[in-house]
Amino acid sequence: MSTPTTPGGRGRRDRLMGELRLWRPLDLLGVAAAWAVGALLVLVAATLVLYMGYKGLQYISLDLLISRPEPGSDQSQTGGILDPILGTLLIITIATAIALPLAVGAALWIVEYARPRWLARAVESGIEVIAGAPSIAIAIFGLAIFQMPMFGWASFSAADGGGVFGRSFIAAGSVMSLIAVPSIFATTREALQSVPRHVREASYGLGKTRWATIRRVLLPTVRPDIATGTALGMGRIAGDTAIIVLLLGATLQLQAGTEIPGIGTLQGTGSTLTSYVYNNSPTGEGNAPEKAYAAAFVLMLLIVGLNLLVAQIGRRRAGNDLPR
Amino acid sequence: MAEFPPPVRRIATDGTPNVVDPSPREAVPEPIARALQPSYGPERLRIDRVSIRYEGAPKPAVNEVTIPVRQGEVLALIGPSGCGKTTLLRSLNRLVELTPGARRDGRILLDGDDIDAMEITRLRRRVSMIFQQPNPFPMSIFDNVAYAIREQAMRRPGKSVLMPRVETALRRAGLWDEVADDLNRPALRLSGGQQQRLCIARALAVEPDVLLMDEPCSALDPISTGVVEDLIHELRETLAIVIVTHNLAQARRVGDHVAFMYLGDLVEYGPTEELFTNPRADRTRDYVGGAFG
Repeated sequence: MSTPTTPGGRGRRDRLMGELRLWRPLDLLGVAAAWAVGALLVLVAATLVLYMGYKGLQYISLDLLISRPEPGSDQSQTGGILDPILGTLLIITIATAIALPLAVGAALWIVEYARPRWLARAVESGIEVIAGAPSIAIAIFGLAIFQMPMFGWASFSAADGGGVFGRSFIAAGSVMSLIAVPSIFATTREALQSVPRHVREASYGLGKTRWATIRRVLLPTVRPDIATGTALGMGRIAGDTAIIVLLLGATLQLQAGTEIPGIGTLQGTGSTLTSYVYNNSPTGEGNAPEKAYAAAFVLMLLIVGLNLLVAQIGRRRAGNDLPR
Repeated sequence: MAEFPPPVRRIATDGTPNVVDPSPREAVPEPIARALQPSYGPERLRIDRVSIRYEGAPKPAVNEVTIPVRQGEVLALIGPSGCGKTTLLRSLNRLVELTPGARRDGRILLDGDDIDAMEITRLRRRVSMIFQQPNPFPMSIFDNVAYAIREQAMRRPGKSVLMPRVETALRRAGLWDEVADDLNRPALRLSGGQQQRLCIARALAVEPDVLLMDEPCSALDPISTGVVEDLIHELRETLAIVIVTHNLAQARRVGDHVAFMYLGDLVEYGPTEELFTNPRADRTRDYVGGAFG
């Protein structure tokens, strides 16, 4: 979407100034205000990135990325951030794996079937409620669910057969999926709604069933939008703290819940970059601000990376798109 | 059939333009009688007293229309916007059922069989449709045509099996020479006219008996329109074609028979030249003469 650079840049500016002279003062003021606000936002964003980059690059090292965090009272003893990085990736994977089929399925149903009407409306407002709910509220609700005895398998129980702990990667990932559902659902639904009716009818008109049409025409058409929504959702998952603190335990290291290899880790607790930053921030209990800055920097890189991915997907679809 | 040509229902010319003569229909609808004139081939599709109404609409979108569609002819449906011609067309392969609240009365027979009794996927393979906007699917040229051919079955025939049929379809649509060098190109990179011919190839790939075209050239430039019209001429040898068009000149160029509809009623049906040069209903004369549109 780059504007072509013309050699007559100066001429264009003169023309713009000439045009501005014809504007009413109030309009000029409005435009000036819009410019100022825009510039301010850019400034804030740039400052944030530069500050985090400066702090992060100051403290980050390869050693930090690949060593495990250790308990310690001094920053020199507290190890690296390997476990939070792994935890973040693990949570993103689990939550996305749950959210993606749920959200895409819901969007398909809403756009292509939506019968009965009242249920469709209920589903849509339900997802809106989830989108608007504070993640801490979702987290405490999730904790209430995963502490029920029927979810004992998802975390671990006290040795004496007492209460279910309710904190694990399974629990946190499942509840975290709710954070990603709204964005995937919304982008998919909007993309499906913008597919012209005649494209569907062209498929039905060839004697194709509704399901064949969905699978072979609609899903390929909206795949870039699903990817966009998923990347956005992943960003939200990576950035959420409340659910991690309440449902993952925010322990320093990955701690398997049971002895079963692999699954034991999923049943166990751990931390993510967000909870690590939270705990080690200058006011946090860990009191390791340097590590916190480094971890925050890594987290920002991850999210910026996801945003770049979104932009890349958006660019790739141009030129290979249905007429809308 | 005592009288030939039979009397034509007259439309009150003194009334407002929106009032259609509500006179009761005769036992043998007039279009059928007219259709007894010599024609091109056996009757493939019979539209028999078809009415379509949309829920909440005060009057039916299509009102007791009876028209035959023959092998080897192009039937052009003309009429001003909202006259029901597209609704009628969409009822022929039961696409109209996808519109919530639409209800059809009357029968449509394909080779004598009621289309309501047919399996819908099978019907739509026999009565295929082209739309106003070129709408290739977002896949390669090859896959666009192959998608039409592939059955619903889980096993998917390979590319080599499908290739001859894809080639035949693309050749029939006059597109083969332009795309043969790279069938894996995304279909959406083709020009508008090529996209529309790809859609025709896709519709032909299922080897239909009847081809429905809903203003197939309205989104095309004049040159592409000419190409598609030539194609329609060639295709009618093997197919029955029903085309909806806003463009009277096009109806005259491609149609063998023309049906003029107005506000849901079939006003006049007849051989193209006769309908254009010697219309019998006043309303038809006004419309083809350009008095309203």
